[in-house]
Amino acid sequence: MTTTTVFFAALFYVATAILVLGLARKIYQYAKTPAPLKIPTTPAPTTKAGVIMRMGREVVLFESLFKSNKWIWIFGWLFHVGLAVVLFRHLRYFQYPVWDIVSFEFVQAAGKYASFAMVAGLIGLWARRFLVDRVRYITTLSDHLILLLLIGIGLTGMGMTFVSHTDVVGLKIFMLGLMRFEINPLPEDPLLMAHLALVATLMIIFPISKLLHAPGVFFSPSRNQVDDPREHRHLAPWATELEK
Amino acid sequence: MAGPTFETPKLLDDTATLPIPSVKPGAMQGVQSFIAGDKIQEQLGYPGELLPNWKERAIERMGELLQKYRGLQVFLDACVHCGACTDKCHYYLGTADPNNMPVARQELVRKVYRRYFTFAGKYFPKLVGAIDLTEEVLDQWYSYFYQCSECRRCSVYCPYGIDTAEITMAAREIMDSVGRGQKYSNEILGKLHRIGNNLGLPGPALEDTLAGLEEDILADTGVPVRLPIDQKGAEVLLVTPSADFFSEPHVESLIGYAKVFHAAGISWTLSSTASEAGNFGLFIGSYENMRKAALRIREAALELGVKRIVVGECGHAWRVAYSFWNTLIGVGAGAEDPFGKALQQQLDHRYKQPSHICEVTWDLIQKGAIKLDKSANDHRIVTFHDSCNVARASRMGDIPGGQFIIPREIIKASCNHFYDMAPETIYEGTFCCGGGGGLLTDDLMEVRVKGALPRMQALKQVVDDRKVNFMATICAICKAQFTKVLPYYGFPMSMVGGVHQLVSTAIQLGSNE
Ligand code: SF4
Ligand code: SF4
Repeated sequence: MTTTTVFFAALFYVATAILVLGLARKIYQYAKTPAPLKIPTTPAPTTKAGVIMRMGREVVLFESLFKSNKWIWIFGWLFHVGLAVVLFRHLRYFQYPVWDIVSFEFVQAAGKYASFAMVAGLIGLWARRFLVDRVRYITTLSDHLILLLLIGIGLTGMGMTFVSHTDVVGLKIFMLGLMRFEINPLPEDPLLMAHLALVATLMIIFPISKLLHAPGVFFSPSRNQVDDPREHRHLAPWATELEK
Repeated sequence: MAGPTFETPKLLDDTATLPIPSVKPGAMQGVQSFIAGDKIQEQLGYPGELLPNWKERAIERMGELLQKYRGLQVFLDACVHCGACTDKCHYYLGTADPNNMPVARQELVRKVYRRYFTFAGKYFPKLVGAIDLTEEVLDQWYSYFYQCSECRRCSVYCPYGIDTAEITMAAREIMDSVGRGQKYSNEILGKLHRIGNNLGLPGPALEDTLAGLEEDILADTGVPVRLPIDQKGAEVLLVTPSADFFSEPHVESLIGYAKVFHAAGISWTLSSTASEAGNFGLFIGSYENMRKAALRIREAALELGVKRIVVGECGHAWRVAYSFWNTLIGVGAGAEDPFGKALQQQLDHRYKQPSHICEVTWDLIQKGAIKLDKSANDHRIVTFHDSCNVARASRMGDIPGGQFIIPREIIKASCNHFYDMAPETIYEGTFCCGGGGGLLTDDLMEVRVKGALPRMQALKQVVDDRKVNFMATICAICKAQFTKVLPYYGFPMSMVGGVHQLVSTAIQLGSNE
């Protein structure tokens, strides 16, 4: 067993633990904090089904962003959809046997080319941070670093797909091993190691960074509340105390 | 005291919207409203002056609010600095001060939140832009959180619905609880608690005014239209902004409501103890103060034994009534506590509780219970300004978007010439008048005038293209703000008026005496 293998195995266990526990903690915090007042933003649905539809459109189509700024929408959507397709293709490294749908030629090819959309979207988003003075004003160092990290992940991944193929079979043995708590050797390919290190970094910072927008969007009261305050009384536990 | 002078922004020809300005850091830093003195603060249960240990107390209060308000917690975590909201605030568009961009306004609080409440901010403050709470920060908060009218336009456009108004309210509550309050809002709220309305009008003054108005209407129309007060057993309790009793053009709408009730034969009353619909508790983000202000209405309704509660033309009052009254005081359906239940039994649930006066009037128009002669308004070419709290934080009628449709239908039923302003400046995208949220004070005139710029530009287009000479609104703050600000842009102040002012002109009073 090489030191590199042990290092990466440990890194992935730590990163996974931080990601899962960190997110669970945040989700628990959001869920247990009351929303004492009804504050849905127009156009607010008047039924639960309407809220689910609204949330669905926000998450899949970025509806509000489409209304606000077409450039951010194009780049943001390209990036997120590209990432989703790429991630889906990656499932085959973690499954045995692999779901049919993941192993389809088409899905695998789409997953490869979606990486271009992903990186193009990221570059577009990054460019705005330099080119638009308003966006430049609100950009922090961490905003740049997260973009850099994601672009790094995209480029190292693309490098292995399109430039210098890595030992996919070896990688899969390593990954499946991790999932069964066995440590198998990781192929010693610098591109692969860089890719994995960046991915682990992303997992680690997820629960302590603005990446929290992913769970946050579902808990946003201005988006997830039903507009029915006259029909149903809405009382938070701490507000009920005031009635006494 | 003469305030500092400033330049009124210029309007352009042939456009409804101005180009987005380049950022001018610090442009509005020094512009602040007067700070509340100790008497004003103490009435609301806040410290009279800045506490010696204000920093610790402020952080502690922030922690409490984070546990009480899910929205605040999520909004402080979720922003990705995408920039989609940067050009959505009328105060940014009018002043170019980058701290008036919603995301930057939020950052003023978020930077402090990160420092004291997040791992990244505690250990890597530089990296994520976290800062200590200092006197300088407090000063910035005081400037920029009183340059936000809590209009929620930014919330419509944010991919996560991040509502800067919620953050503004939290910031104001934190400042209040360490002894840094705003004179204007807090003084008004204190008057409401003490005397019963925002203007501080005692009951007898109110009765005099109403009697005077009855005489005016009689002289004008020959019909004895009543404006009753404290009438037990009336069907409707009308709660309206107190500006409706005294200010122009507000009072024209009050006359309009009276005529509607008269023509439809509905018995109604005002209440001398609950004569105010406005609730500045909202503006300072104080649940307790908002609840206390609303309780008067529950008491008056129970006392007078009314069957319906109707709210007059006031934007934030309608938001509080529509969205929060049921929560705060059980006006609405579904309450299970003893108070709520007593009220529920008394109220007539065939009607929405509470109702907006526009819902009442539109219903009566549809039923043919009141008749309107549109030609009486032929001298007016009308446009409608959607007030922010009505547009983005409330509703009317049964369908989503009723708050846009119903006032427009009433206007169209009352006049022959109606034109909307450009689509991106109305409905949920409407621009604020520039004076809401506790900014309607002369100390903030520069903010108000500049903040009105986007609305003025859209108005100019319909004035130029359609010869519009009347902008109808259903908000007391909009009316007061526009009468003051229109002249800065070369429009006559008489251009603004209420929707029920149009109804008042057109209504056929008949003779159902
Ligand atoms: S709530 Fe309105 S005034 Fe406040 S930041 Fe948002 S757009 Fe501007
Ligand atoms: S639109 Fe929302 S997420 Fe984007 S910068 Fe503004 S507040 Fe943040």
